[in-house]
Amino acid sequence: MSARAPSRSDALLAAADDELILGWRDSEWTGIAPSLEEDVAFSSIAQNEIGHARALYELAARETGGDADALAFDREPAEYRCCPLVELRRLEWADTIARHWLYETADAVRIEHMTASDWPELAGLARKIQREEAYHRLHADMWVDRLTGGEERARLAQALQGAWPYALGVLDGALRERFRERVAARLPWFDAGGDPGAEHARGAHTVELRPLWDEMTMVRRSVPGAQW
Amino acid sequence: MVTAERVWAALAEVPDPEIPVVSLVDLGVVRDVAVDGDRVTIEFTPTFLGCPALEVMRTHMAEAVRSLGGEPDVRVVLDDSWSTDRITREGRAKLREAGFAPPAPRAAGEPALVQLQANAFRCPYCGSSDTHLENLFGPTPCRSIRYCDACRQPFEQFKTL
Repeated sequence: MSARAPSRSDALLAAADDELILGWRDSEWTGIAPSLEEDVAFSSIAQNEIGHARALYELAARETGGDADALAFDREPAEYRCCPLVELRRLEWADTIARHWLYETADAVRIEHMTASDWPELAGLARKIQREEAYHRLHADMWVDRLTGGEERARLAQALQGAWPYALGVLDGALRERFRERVAARLPWFDAGGDPGAEHARGAHTVELRPLWDEMTMVRRSVPGAQW
Repeated sequence: MVTAERVWAALAEVPDPEIPVVSLVDLGVVRDVAVDGDRVTIEFTPTFLGCPALEVMRTHMAEAVRSLGGEPDVRVVLDDSWSTDRITREGRAKLREAGFAPPAPRAAGEPALVQLQANAFRCPYCGSSDTHLENLFGPTPCRSIRYCDACRQPFEQFKTL
């Protein structure tokens, strides 16, 4: 393995873990979303995010000689590299839309960065993911438009404020600043300042990850090596 | 003897697991077929990365190669070489006949909400373009739901990818 290999698969795992865990959270709306359309939308978005996670795990596994399913399901919760934003369990519609929009905006910055990678497999995969994510962003933008027209704005603003320190923890350095600029440009009435605390940044985990992990890995742990 | 031509012909008979009116060749997901003796290498690109039909497609393509006496090696290529522009003219016609509006050609940039909400998509049943977007998402990742205001029929629109 070359000297730069660990860092490039680390970044890949961070993105894969974000997509897997958020995909799981999105799927929690299946059957109980406020409308049938949103039930279908969040289920479909969840399916896409988990598909992206799978492709990213496969690429990471090829790099490190491991197995994609093992990367997805056989690590301890503390070993996941997902950011705390995606772990939050918030079955409240305004919170879900706030997190959805903030994550998709940050994720777009990250994917653009990946398309410029000098690792051709990653750049090619990122271009494919980018096309699919375009529909997630349209969906998130549509909801932000819908909730900023009138008195709903106060509720969305409150939800955005609650999620904001966590959203700042998705990216760091120049990518974080690019994300901040986009948020400020799209929502001029929102205060996009500040920095994430240690508990919001990647590397920290919320107490909500453990129960998710218990449920997500239950079948695999109960029947090791099962294929279906 | 297995030839690339025979493999392509066999793959043209493998239906898409979710929309069986079109074949995998109609969809344009088969990127390359290479034959070396009995060994047949197929490169294919999934439509959407989360498509649950991916494994089924793989299995069916391998079976098609085995039925010709070949030894299949089906490789999944995870890049952006597939787009909905690769759906063949024949594939589009088959989709329309089955009640799916085929995807619009990929424009220069990303799809925009204003464009999707415009009356730019034809109803596969009556041909009217007096249609509107009901939901960006549909029963599978590759489809949206539209409604025809002329014949009052909801229909599935293939997303442009």
